[in-house]
Amino acid sequence: MEGAMQTESKIRAESGTESGPRGPGCSLRHFACEQNLLSRPDGSASFLQAGRRYLHFGDTSVLAGVYGPAEVKVSKEIFNKATLEVILRPKIGLPGVAEKSRERLIRNTCEAVVLGALHPRTSITVVLQVVSDAGSLLACCLNAACMALVDAGVPMRALFCGVTCALDSDGTLMLDPTAKQEKEARAVLTFALDSVERKLLTSTTKGLYSDAELQQCLAAAQAASQHVFRFYRESLQRRYSKS
Amino acid sequence: MAEAAAVAAESQAGCRARAARAVLDQVVLPGEELLLPEQEDGERPGGAGERPLRLKVGMRSRGRVVCGPGLRRCGDRLLVTKCGRLRHKEPGSGSGGGVYWVDSQQKRYVPVKGDHVIGIVTAKSGDIFKVDVGGSEPASLSYLAFEGATKRNRPNVQVGDLIYGQFVVANKDMEPEMVCIDSCGRANGMGVIGQDGLLFKVTLGLIRKLLAPDCEILQEVGKLYPLEIVFGMNGRIWVKAKTIQQTLILANILEACEHMTADQRKQIFSRLAES
Repeated sequence: MEGAMQTESKIRAESGTESGPRGPGCSLRHFACEQNLLSRPDGSASFLQAGRRYLHFGDTSVLAGVYGPAEVKVSKEIFNKATLEVILRPKIGLPGVAEKSRERLIRNTCEAVVLGALHPRTSITVVLQVVSDAGSLLACCLNAACMALVDAGVPMRALFCGVTCALDSDGTLMLDPTAKQEKEARAVLTFALDSVERKLLTSTTKGLYSDAELQQCLAAAQAASQHVFRFYRESLQRRYSKS
Repeated sequence: MAEAAAVAAESQAGCRARAARAVLDQVVLPGEELLLPEQEDGERPGGAGERPLRLKVGMRSRGRVVCGPGLRRCGDRLLVTKCGRLRHKEPGSGSGGGVYWVDSQQKRYVPVKGDHVIGIVTAKSGDIFKVDVGGSEPASLSYLAFEGATKRNRPNVQVGDLIYGQFVVANKDMEPEMVCIDSCGRANGMGVIGQDGLLFKVTLGLIRKLLAPDCEILQEVGKLYPLEIVFGMNGRIWVKAKTIQQTLILANILEACEHMTADQRKQIFSRLAES
């Protein structure tokens, strides 16, 4: 069940360097999402943010599986809500400190959105496997986690999505940066936004930026999240139309 | 900037609650708010709080609306918590506003009081059996909860047996408890499921589809081979036919019929009936 949506995108300059300032909300990469592809987990989803082939960028793709509400060890159980666990496995090598910190971010985002009070003393586990990484990885993980939670039927109070912004040395804002752009950027900001009122759930930033630039990036991310939520809706409608 | 303004307008439109009636049988996403029929008038934009004068007196008293799976009450609106199609059932006898629920596809079972389920006995501790029903905790089943069981006359239940029973206690705060008798003390089909046969797992939506009244799939399957079949609302089906091969064929058909259209199913049945 592939749901792919072409966003309105301005084509980047052929030379591979960043083009001039562009309006917010229009330079997200092409997405694809597939649900219910694994047979063992209660819910699963794979989220892919396609790269620009003609510029030889690869795809960022994450596979997510959700187990829950399931049994929990007595040492980890919480008496009044579900215990949410996130496990992130990198593509190569053993998980390290960077993965632990991303797991924590994703877990805090999911906890804000999942109605854990409906399933006390249970555990909901989200397992994320990085299939390929070409920039904007955390945002892709957040999107995959959200789709997998929806697929598993875990009760949520809203949907959420991740959007990455990068600021380069000129102050140009780029949405969904590639790995090269992230490395050369002055600042990289990732936001998780909820679907009800586009409010900010999580923000993690790296680098040097001013207050005004933060607001500008946030506004651009909120506008871009429209496209992601519209894509979620189309993808889920397609899934339910087959039954 | 025009683009930003257009996008802002769309986002405003996105968070306005929609009338539940307008969204029936459509896919709803978590986070959407739905208005019940009585509240629609108040939402008319630009109407400075005016309401049309109602000449029919009885219109407002719709009574209680039941909020089913996938929906939660949030103030005076319904909040959608699961993704699926919104359904509504009219009340049978006048009073009440009917039931709204979300038909979602799920694999994981959450115990609900009154559901009939198939469980596997995992432990015997003292006077109770621990039964795995596929939820987050094993359910407990007392040895006295069988037809004709007394303290002297214990039921013959071993670890690993299949049990068909119903929940008497199933809420988020307590350990689920099940029994194999109904309220009159009769077994009514419940109890230990016999020898042989095959137990397999399907999604919860398929079970509901198969247990709906006038299910074509069941009638066609019944015409194929003589069989015994038990459906558990926790997604488990136990099937037994005369030979192992027939049992396996039936199990495969039931697992596959979730993804097949009616025509494909008829083709397969006709091919099997010939052979």
